[in-house]
Amino acid sequence: MELKLALKVDDLDNVATIFANGITDGTVVAVRDKKGNHEDIPVIGDVPYGHKIALRDIAKGERIMKYGECIGAASADIRKGEYVHVHNLEALRGRGDL
Amino acid sequence: MSYTFMGYRRPDGKYGARNLVAVIPSVICATDVAQAIVRQVQGTVGYFHHQGCCQLPIDLTRVTDTLISLGKSPNLAAVLVVSLGCEGTDVERLCDEIAATGKPVEVIHIQELGGTSRAIQEGIDKAQALVMQASGLQREETDISNVIMSIKCGASDTTSGMASNCVIGYVADKLVDLGATVVFGETTEFLGGEHILANRAVGGYDGPVGQKILEIVDRMEKRAKAIGEDMRGGQPTPGNIAGGLSSIEEKSLGAIVKSGHRPIQGVLEYPEFITDQKGLWIKDAPGREPEILTGMAATGAQFMMFSTGRGAPQGFPSMPVIKICGNPNTYEHMGHDMDLNAGRIITGEKTIDQVGEEAFELMLKVLNGQMTKNEALHYFSTMDIYCLGPVI
Repeated sequence: MELKLALKVDDLDNVATIFANGITDGTVVAVRDKKGNHEDIPVIGDVPYGHKIALRDIAKGERIMKYGECIGAASADIRKGEYVHVHNLEALRGRGDL
Repeated sequence: MSYTFMGYRRPDGKYGARNLVAVIPSVICATDVAQAIVRQVQGTVGYFHHQGCCQLPIDLTRVTDTLISLGKSPNLAAVLVVSLGCEGTDVERLCDEIAATGKPVEVIHIQELGGTSRAIQEGIDKAQALVMQASGLQREETDISNVIMSIKCGASDTTSGMASNCVIGYVADKLVDLGATVVFGETTEFLGGEHILANRAVGGYDGPVGQKILEIVDRMEKRAKAIGEDMRGGQPTPGNIAGGLSSIEEKSLGAIVKSGHRPIQGVLEYPEFITDQKGLWIKDAPGREPEILTGMAATGAQFMMFSTGRGAPQGFPSMPVIKICGNPNTYEHMGHDMDLNAGRIITGEKTIDQVGEEAFELMLKVLNGQMTKNEALHYFSTMDIYCLGPVI
């Protein structure tokens, strides 16, 4: 069976990027970091190749971190394992309304 | 270890990786004549931009300056300027400043010659003489420190920041350590990562270079906001979003990885040509391909290393573009357009350093004359010049 792999780039990150095809609701992915640590997390939602999941519960308004840096804020409460993308993450830069 | 490549020595002491004759329309209205000349004469390329008249003075100067810098490229043996006769660009300065590098420059004026067919005939005759003269030149060995590499990422997805951009960062660091020059840009894609770049500036975050980086990002963000519109929807692009990039910040943080880790020496304005600057530099240019490829070729870069995840096929008329593909699925799907598969980093088959060394070796071959995939497919005609004001 193909390894269902997700990568966490930095220790500060609260999301990981999935590099596997066919990830559907309930699929368990192996989240790895640079040190080789890994955690199995069941995915909530169908997640395409190269998209992200939450590594812990993230409250609405909380910052979402990747590369150890802020990539936006949660626009809704997000559960651990849940698909994170434009439907629940909003950019904080380049906006006309802020 | 030292490295060399075989390049064409130009009268100004620079070395080209290609030996082309450029046909440069001074204005969009001269394009059809220039295209006819390029179609007929082997060894010519054309810069088919859309500018050069009915623009604000600042932009007309910018267009003239950019065409001058393109003409100075060491990849060009000679230049033929095609002028209409009533354009807003400064044709005399265009010809004089390119000729000052010592390379042959010819010019034709469509109105003066009596129109399209006469201008095409005169242009073909002149271009033919220029390419025949250029074709006798031989490559000479020169040190790698004479290389200028430009870098860019396009049609990005989340593999770009984790694989292909890391590979380019590896090559960028190695070239800077060897005394060469590296230029990156895409100011829009610094948004959210500008503090990291400013901290890497010579003189630190608070120094003039660090502050200049913050200033060009602020300028770009304000320009988008000034229209009263949200950048989201335009950046990240629909393709970026489909590829998993959720915000401009995420795109930026992945994008700046391609600049490597060396100190940033300074910021170049869009039309600026590199004379003797070494090390890592920023060129203030937006991310869209036609405009940034032009800005990068205008630095005098002999080639570009271009990272992609979703698969960008295009190149530039006078600058070979090496495509480093971060997404293993895309490489499998679009292998005829992609020069190197960095997706093997994502699948765990190779490390960043291993693919980085492969990219460096490929770069040497391209500098010595090996075609990139986009060159072989002749996929390099789209280009344009980034202007600031409206067409008036």
